[in-house]
Amino acid sequence: MSLHTQTTSLHPHPPRGFTPRQYLACLSGIMIREGLRFLNQRERFVSSLVRPLLWLFVFAAGFRQVLGVSIIPPYRTYVLYEVYITPGLAGMILLFSGMQSSLSMVYDREMGNMRTLLVSPFPRWFLLVSKLFAGVAVSVVQVYAFFAIAWFWNVRPPPVGYLLVLPALFLGGMMLCSLGMFLSSMIRQLENFAGIMNFVIFPMYFASSALYPLWRIQESSPLLFRICQGNPFTYAVELIRFALYGRIEWMSLGIVFGFTVLFLGGAIFAYDPAHGLLGRKRDTGGNG
Amino acid sequence: MPLKSRFCTAVVMSLVAGAQPASAFMAYVSNEKDNTVSVVDTASGTVVKTLPVGQRPRGITISHDGKFIYLCASDDDTIEVIDTQTHEIVGQLPSGPDPELFVLSPDGKTLYVANEDDNLVTVIDIESRDVLAEIPVGVEPEGMGISPDGKTMVNTSETTNMAHFIDTDSHEITHNVLVDSRPRFAEFKPDGSEVWVSAEIGGTVSVIDNASRAVKHKITFEIAGLRSEAIQPVGVRITADGKKAYVALGPANRVAVVDTTTYKVEKYVLVGQRVWQLAFTPDQKTIISTNGVSNDITFIDVATDEPVQSITVGAMPWGVVVSPQ
Repeated sequence: MSLHTQTTSLHPHPPRGFTPRQYLACLSGIMIREGLRFLNQRERFVSSLVRPLLWLFVFAAGFRQVLGVSIIPPYRTYVLYEVYITPGLAGMILLFSGMQSSLSMVYDREMGNMRTLLVSPFPRWFLLVSKLFAGVAVSVVQVYAFFAIAWFWNVRPPPVGYLLVLPALFLGGMMLCSLGMFLSSMIRQLENFAGIMNFVIFPMYFASSALYPLWRIQESSPLLFRICQGNPFTYAVELIRFALYGRIEWMSLGIVFGFTVLFLGGAIFAYDPAHGLLGRKRDTGGNG
Repeated sequence: MPLKSRFCTAVVMSLVAGAQPASAFMAYVSNEKDNTVSVVDTASGTVVKTLPVGQRPRGITISHDGKFIYLCASDDDTIEVIDTQTHEIVGQLPSGPDPELFVLSPDGKTLYVANEDDNLVTVIDIESRDVLAEIPVGVEPEGMGISPDGKTMVNTSETTNMAHFIDTDSHEITHNVLVDSRPRFAEFKPDGSEVWVSAEIGGTVSVIDNASRAVKHKITFEIAGLRSEAIQPVGVRITADGKKAYVALGPANRVAVVDTTTYKVEKYVLVGQRVWQLAFTPDQKTIISTNGVSNDITFIDVATDEPVQSITVGAMPWGVVVSPQ
């Protein structure tokens, strides 16, 4: 990262304050790196799209007639199942991609790239938020690619929804990415990622309103309904769903925002060398 | 970046295209089961009033000046006249027994009523409230259509499976055209060249050439994932420009959009359960469907053929008409 070396060489002893321009340079450096990584891994892009598309084309096809008995907000009329699960699948992209970026942090740590990032003189929180932001930006691009394909599959929210959903996707993505980052601080090795898959991603995804409306879950199991209600992913999906139809769901917005702050705080704390969740595991980090 | 700006332009363009002007009309929906008429403001999409009416209200239409609603109160064997200003029942027309569906002549003076139980079509002069004629037709008459010039009236009989062409001057049947099982509805194309007759059990719409009085085409429907028995065409409406037809498909919960030149189904629009009758708003921007089992009506945008909104009305909505103002 020439940018950082340049900054460091200019200021061997990092000054207390940076100008906004310098912050921006740092952010764009991290974003460019994430973007390049994304562009260089086309398979990752394709695979990130294949997963939700399989759900849309195959899974939803078998459940076409499932809904349509009751109209739930934000829908104003009857919708097919594929229309219902589209916001949930957008959430799925954010979830997987948030976890993927956490995976990449474990990888970075194992390979030593992380050290390059963290030795930068910018405040640690800023570096982490920039990294998160870059990760979310990449996943939001994936979501829009998914929406574009879904449009041809007759999932067509109002045009204004595509614009309104952007902040909702960013906030939801920030929440899931910061959760991933927080978890990544606790994973010792890359191989442990499978655990995250089974213990975090799948339960979060299935026990939410992504696949079925909550009233339907309540009909079959009140306990599951309560679990879904306690799942922050449910609110990320609902926030996206309402935004996609031009509406703001304030409760979801508040809850997603709250969890973002919580997870982000946790991640910053975990990566803070002074507090040292990471420091304690230094023996497995670094170059070897 | 040019790509970025192109994207922004596309977004703005689509936003502009997606904006829909609100149109304020009153829609009147007859609710077969709870003996009411729901008055719906089409701009706000809300039920503004529910009027108690006679028993089993079904066929509903409006005078050309928009002042009076005519309503078949089937189990009361009468046609009620409702003032659209006061929402009061101001009179009755002698319909004959069990009136189900009717059609108003283009001059607005004559009402042609199908009497389901008596196998008759009753012709009523609205002003004098006199029965001008009773025309014997097939068994269980239902669908009623009238040509734009007012010279030909078509009645369909559910059990005889025929479309009867009736001369409105002589009140005589001139032609009988055999169609598929249980014909429910007859609708003339605005240029008068064709009559579209839906067959509920047959699952088809027969297009009858008005000059030769012969079936020139049969439209069939297929919806992936639905068995063919669930597809039961009932109400039919054709746009004023004659280009598109909308066919309500009953328990298929869909309205089919048909190209009137190629007779190809362009789209199936998802609406509520057991969709029955249809009505355009006067500006032809919206078509409204009545969904009997789910007790609601669905607004479909005619330009995009997208369902916009569904509103709960009374129990078992059957017919719908929209005021011209």
